[in-house]
Amino acid sequence: MSIFLRILFVIIGLFLVLNWGLIMAGIIRKIIARLGMRRGIKIFQPYINLVKNYSIRSQLSHGVMFYLGPVFRLSGGVGIFLFMPLIYGSDLWSNFSFTGDLILIAYFMFFGMLGMALGAGEGGHPYSAIGISRGLAQFTAIEVPMTLAILSVAIQYKTLSISEIVAAQQGGILNWTVFTNPLATVAAMLSLLGAMGHSPFNVVMAPQENPIGPPTEYHGTFLGVLQTNRAILHVIEAVLYMNLFFGGATNWGVLILKTFLIYFWSVFVGMVFPRFRVDQSIPWFLKIPLVFGVAAIIIFII
Amino acid sequence: MSEKKYTTDEKFLAPENRPHTVIGPTGEEIHVDPLNDYFCQDMPKVQSPHTGIVEKFLNWARAESLWVLAYGTGCGSIELPPLFSPRFDAYRFGVMMRPTPRQSGVIIISGYLAVKTLKRAIRSYEQMQNPKYVIALGSCTINGGMYWDSYNTINRLDHYLPVDVYIAGCMPRPEAILAGFGKLKELIKSGNAEGANQYAENLQWYKDNQHKIIKDWNMPTYNW
Repeated sequence: MSIFLRILFVIIGLFLVLNWGLIMAGIIRKIIARLGMRRGIKIFQPYINLVKNYSIRSQLSHGVMFYLGPVFRLSGGVGIFLFMPLIYGSDLWSNFSFTGDLILIAYFMFFGMLGMALGAGEGGHPYSAIGISRGLAQFTAIEVPMTLAILSVAIQYKTLSISEIVAAQQGGILNWTVFTNPLATVAAMLSLLGAMGHSPFNVVMAPQENPIGPPTEYHGTFLGVLQTNRAILHVIEAVLYMNLFFGGATNWGVLILKTFLIYFWSVFVGMVFPRFRVDQSIPWFLKIPLVFGVAAIIIFII
Repeated sequence: MSEKKYTTDEKFLAPENRPHTVIGPTGEEIHVDPLNDYFCQDMPKVQSPHTGIVEKFLNWARAESLWVLAYGTGCGSIELPPLFSPRFDAYRFGVMMRPTPRQSGVIIISGYLAVKTLKRAIRSYEQMQNPKYVIALGSCTINGGMYWDSYNTINRLDHYLPVDVYIAGCMPRPEAILAGFGKLKELIKSGNAEGANQYAENLQWYKDNQHKIIKDWNMPTYNW
């Protein structure tokens, strides 16, 4: 297949993922509102917010790194997308996936956070550094069980290619990693709660509770870029989990259904449980999910 | 904003904002004047809107996505939290609270404004980015209300910030505030809510009024 056709399909795929991310955010907020006996926002409110943020007339910057923070964040999200095979068995929707893409994607997960840290550090807000260090500390704790689960899956299928991991799970629901390697799935699904940034673990990005979160200074187009990235990132992280643990997708309908359910898992937990403080959430990740993660590795060693 | 420059009386400045000398790592002396060095000295400019259908579309988006600064003064601030409860549910009109002035487009002056609070309100308003809107809540912002002869509250908010919508009452119910949001949306969609540009255009007049009230001015002329 020519490189131009592949690039064309990557762009179309990015457009579809972005739109699904925005609509999914709207649907989820509608569900949350109905749970709270409210009518809630319009389904298309995320689009309106995006247009509004991109149309702010005056903007100010604190320096080069302040500009680059959202850019890094977006390139982190798009970077994960570029190397993620979306649809199993379709060459067109495999993006640029290659044999070692699992490692690259695990790296890109942290990339955006680091860029954001540099940008927010230059924001001039005296408490940005505190906000970002809390965020990074919690994300480091999330990464430990997540990485162990990913390694466990890689050891199980003896490959670092996401396409091959998906291929190994085909042929029935019982072939999915969730049934063949439940320990790794539990560790990964628990760390997903933190990675998606919903209730028990979202105090690091909750400017409403303490006005010191990293994006405090970001406005207008900067914020628009961050929102765009969040829409892409939520879908693409759910796609990663779908590929690793839930058998992948053979068409867009299955992809939409599975990503919605995976994302909804973090929302569901968030609606039931109140927020952890950072000093509670980090030990939590280093206890239960870590035990499952280590166990998922050990069963393949012995 | 060129005719008259206000000087900041040094006795009101916080210690870290006074001119001072810092010794660098290699022993050189660096003279720092924080108000000039750390803060942007530019004055706001009138940002002319787009024309035709583009501006109409953008105004529609701005009207349907009102991000309100979570900032309360006076008694009215207690009327704001119920707006987001199931009973009134302002979310369905696209209204949302934001914690930081950088991200918000609407500031609600919710009641009487003490001289001390006026300074904070001005700082918050000036940190918001164009386009921005002001809703004045309660009779105190219209003519002083029951505080009209008080020694430390202002009477007409209009003299200090460009108000888009007044919501009269003492206190207005949350329904009245929702109606105020509806009125603001109408103004934005018709392209008449250009408070930020009005403020930039008449900055000298607004600053004159503000300096008449605030004697201990200890911030830059315009707080970006």
